[in-house]
Amino acid sequence: MNEFMPSFVLIAPELVLSITGLLLVLVAAYGGDKFARATSIVAAIAFGGAFALVAPTVCAGASGPDTVAFGGLFRADAFAGLAKLMIYAASGATLLIAPRFFEKIGWMKTEFPILILFAALGMSIMVSANDLLTLYMGLELNSLSAYVLAAMLRDDERSAEAGLKYFVLGALASGILLFGMSLTYGFTGTTNFAGIATAVSGGVNMGMLFGLIFILAGLAFKISAAPFHMWTPDVYEGAPTPVTMFFASAPKVAAVALLTRVSMEAFGTQAEAWQQIVIAAALLSIIIGALGAIGQSNVKRLLAYSSINNVGFILIGLAAASAAGVSALMVYLAIYTVMTVGSFVAVLLMRDAEGNQIEGIADLAGLATTRPALAWALMALMFSMAGIPPLFGFWGKFVVFQAAVQADLLALAAIGIAASVIGAYYYIKIVKIMFFDEAAGTVKGEGDTPHWALLLICGIIVSPLGYLLTGWLGNLADMAAASLALPA
Amino acid sequence: MGGFPILTAMLAVPMLGAIACLFVDARSARMIALAATLIDLALGIVLWLNYDIGGAQWQFQEYHALFDGFAYALGIDGIALLLIMLTVFLMPICIGASWTTITRRVGEYMAAFLFMQVLIIGVFAAQDLFLFYIFFEAGLIPMYLIIGVWGGDNRIYASYKFFLYTLLGSVLMLIAMLWMVNDAGTTSIPALMQYDFAPEAQTWLWLAFFASFAVKMPMWPFHTWLPDAHVQAPTAGSVILAGVLLKLGAYGFLRFSLPMFPDGSAQFVWLIWGLSMVAVVATSLIALVQHDMKKLIAYSSVAHMGIVMIGLFAFNVQGLEGAFIIMLGHGLVSGALFLCVGVVYDRLHTREIDRYGGLSINMPAYATLFLLFTMASIGLPGTSNFVGEFLALAGIYQINSWVAFVGTLGIILGAAYMLYLYRRVCFGAQVNADAAAMPDLSRREYLLLAPIAAVVLWMGIYPESFLAPIRADIEWLDDRLAAAEPDSDARLTMVQAEEATQ
Repeated sequence: MNEFMPSFVLIAPELVLSITGLLLVLVAAYGGDKFARATSIVAAIAFGGAFALVAPTVCAGASGPDTVAFGGLFRADAFAGLAKLMIYAASGATLLIAPRFFEKIGWMKTEFPILILFAALGMSIMVSANDLLTLYMGLELNSLSAYVLAAMLRDDERSAEAGLKYFVLGALASGILLFGMSLTYGFTGTTNFAGIATAVSGGVNMGMLFGLIFILAGLAFKISAAPFHMWTPDVYEGAPTPVTMFFASAPKVAAVALLTRVSMEAFGTQAEAWQQIVIAAALLSIIIGALGAIGQSNVKRLLAYSSINNVGFILIGLAAASAAGVSALMVYLAIYTVMTVGSFVAVLLMRDAEGNQIEGIADLAGLATTRPALAWALMALMFSMAGIPPLFGFWGKFVVFQAAVQADLLALAAIGIAASVIGAYYYIKIVKIMFFDEAAGTVKGEGDTPHWALLLICGIIVSPLGYLLTGWLGNLADMAAASLALPA
Repeated sequence: MGGFPILTAMLAVPMLGAIACLFVDARSARMIALAATLIDLALGIVLWLNYDIGGAQWQFQEYHALFDGFAYALGIDGIALLLIMLTVFLMPICIGASWTTITRRVGEYMAAFLFMQVLIIGVFAAQDLFLFYIFFEAGLIPMYLIIGVWGGDNRIYASYKFFLYTLLGSVLMLIAMLWMVNDAGTTSIPALMQYDFAPEAQTWLWLAFFASFAVKMPMWPFHTWLPDAHVQAPTAGSVILAGVLLKLGAYGFLRFSLPMFPDGSAQFVWLIWGLSMVAVVATSLIALVQHDMKKLIAYSSVAHMGIVMIGLFAFNVQGLEGAFIIMLGHGLVSGALFLCVGVVYDRLHTREIDRYGGLSINMPAYATLFLLFTMASIGLPGTSNFVGEFLALAGIYQINSWVAFVGTLGIILGAAYMLYLYRRVCFGAQVNADAAAMPDLSRREYLLLAPIAAVVLWMGIYPESFLAPIRADIEWLDDRLAAAEPDSDARLTMVQAEEATQ
């Protein structure tokens, strides 16, 4: 027992989440839906606790062998820590705003916060994975919770369809991933990332290369990078909006962090083997995300394409295959999470006079005259997503392109940034609809305090005031990148 | 000036005004906007009076290493000083021009204009590469809103075109900037202006910056966004677009392309000359056949910018000084011409030239001022543009007589389309009864046009006031370019060369 004590200390945040989750399952089983609100609050507190437990390791830039738990299966370094902070924050935000949405339609279930807890626990394990087995365990815990979350509204056809689609395609991707893992294990003789790094350091043979490609393909599905993005618009549209917000933020952070760790640690010496795949996925995501969004009339579908587009920019940071690139990617992820949460909160605030959700982009018409605060916040978020300075979204693009230029990927940087102009088109289209068009007057409903508070926080961060965070955020991201065990 | 951060103050005043405008009613918003721009004008005059001509190259410097990777660094030389003066001078006029014509969402309109002013002053004052980029790029947002919300019938198309065109141009510049900082290890613009990039890298860097500035400028054939944006923008929007925003492109060439990449500039000199020659002649001919007054003036802007480019790429002191004086002069004159269009548009709500005629009979004061600005646009001696055009063409003539020939042809065509416009609007019979019934200039309109007229004459009669602050900077630039200067085609040099060989 004693030999595991240091390991238990390292997984304290995960322990908090899993114990809370298990206790709440009992509450749910015996108490039923009348405890839904209470469960939600307890889960949010658990996220707060886990956040507080992780924060010191991030600020201290924890790295090295002291962060390895359970004989090399798990790593609680600063990189994992920073990703966990984003995951817990996004999950907590989801819990804050979800009750109102579900109570309105009479579907506030006790399962919802518990599923979010388990999904976040899975992500937590994913970002800390130091072994293919831990990776798969975390990924599946997250995915299985996510399938159920997507199908939360059992009576709603779109939600059921989203859940089914997500499950079938997700299971296929997991199969591909597992196949890649087994190939990698077969050809390297180990599932440990450090062991794989040693085994491939002399060069990758055909078997290892196949293993790597299948792993990358499986993970690309999870982060919805093109050409594995097809499920994203349907699932995002069909899932209940708070769940969509959750999907677009936390699991993306987890899967990107996981992909980064696999590429940079396990296959770090063979960067040229995966770099071109990442470059191709990055450019395809940027272009497909931008072009696909243009014709959309549903705001959730539009944001789905926008998230594909953003993943492309995140992958540019990974393509740089350097510590600077990883740092840039983490900065981008943090800003992306804030922008995504903010945008979805704004979408959740779109309600008609009866308080029902509205999802049509055309319904935003003239919002600047009817609901100026919402319109200005959404405008800031849209320009920020488009990467127009002085809004903070520009900073994320700036750092990833800086990393790409430093890594001599000039062509990638030039094509990527030119393609970002296509994306700008639909962001400014939303601004046009809100500010230039005649008021449609359909958006009437009021929001509650958590919504406005979250929107205010996100709005302040994406505003030029966000630049005050650059030093601090950049520092955290640098420490996170430094804590990765990059093979020399 | 002691330690007073006057440049920061000039940024802060309109910024605070912009925020205040968002929360007050229409009347107060107008007053706040006017007050903020007038305070900035006063600060600008203080700035000019305290500028030490012949002193340090960079003055009023401020430096705070605020952000990770780049700094809040401000500072001006003579070039930036005069462009800031142009901005703060035109801004109160823009607010005045929108005083009665903008009735919808006044607070937001004034806020957009004040925010625009912050960004433009920031562009000219920024001494950090990325700070410059942020100011440069952020200008898209307020201009997009100004055109899109308060523009004409086809405003949506025009605002999209404006936004996407200019964005595409500038993002490539960002990549080039990242590369430069990576290579030179500094983000300071004064340091980069003295840094020698490898000649083969300069080619690419120059092209990336060209993509941005050529669109902003705009140079033929990247100018097509301009007529749309101008025609659809409200009057004050056109004034600020023509008066100041178009100067950002030329400023970019002066501040970045020429001093930072002299070899790149020399390499592409024929590209610039060629495009500028086409611009001068083709857009002048296009302007000649326009039916819309604003479109005509918009095309004339493209032609004038062609002369500016010819002057800039003459690689000598006369050319550079001339180009700069045209920048200032064109800022004033085209701004004033758009105001003149605005005056009659407010009365008749059409920009169709044929709907007017004989205005000199019922609007004599208007016709007089309009004539002055028409003459200034043509470049009549005694007005600002004459000084600039003369110097620019004298400069290019030393390098290439053919370019000078075509450039001069553009001046003649300029006289043709401007005089033709003036004849159709102000002279002739009063064919349209409603146009004939229009009242002459109101007191507000006098107040808008008279100061510009005064400065146009001042620049034409005593240009030294405007040449003195920039002289040292232009000479520095000329020295910087000396090594890269292309060969002259003048006979004089050939004779000398033959004598030298004998």
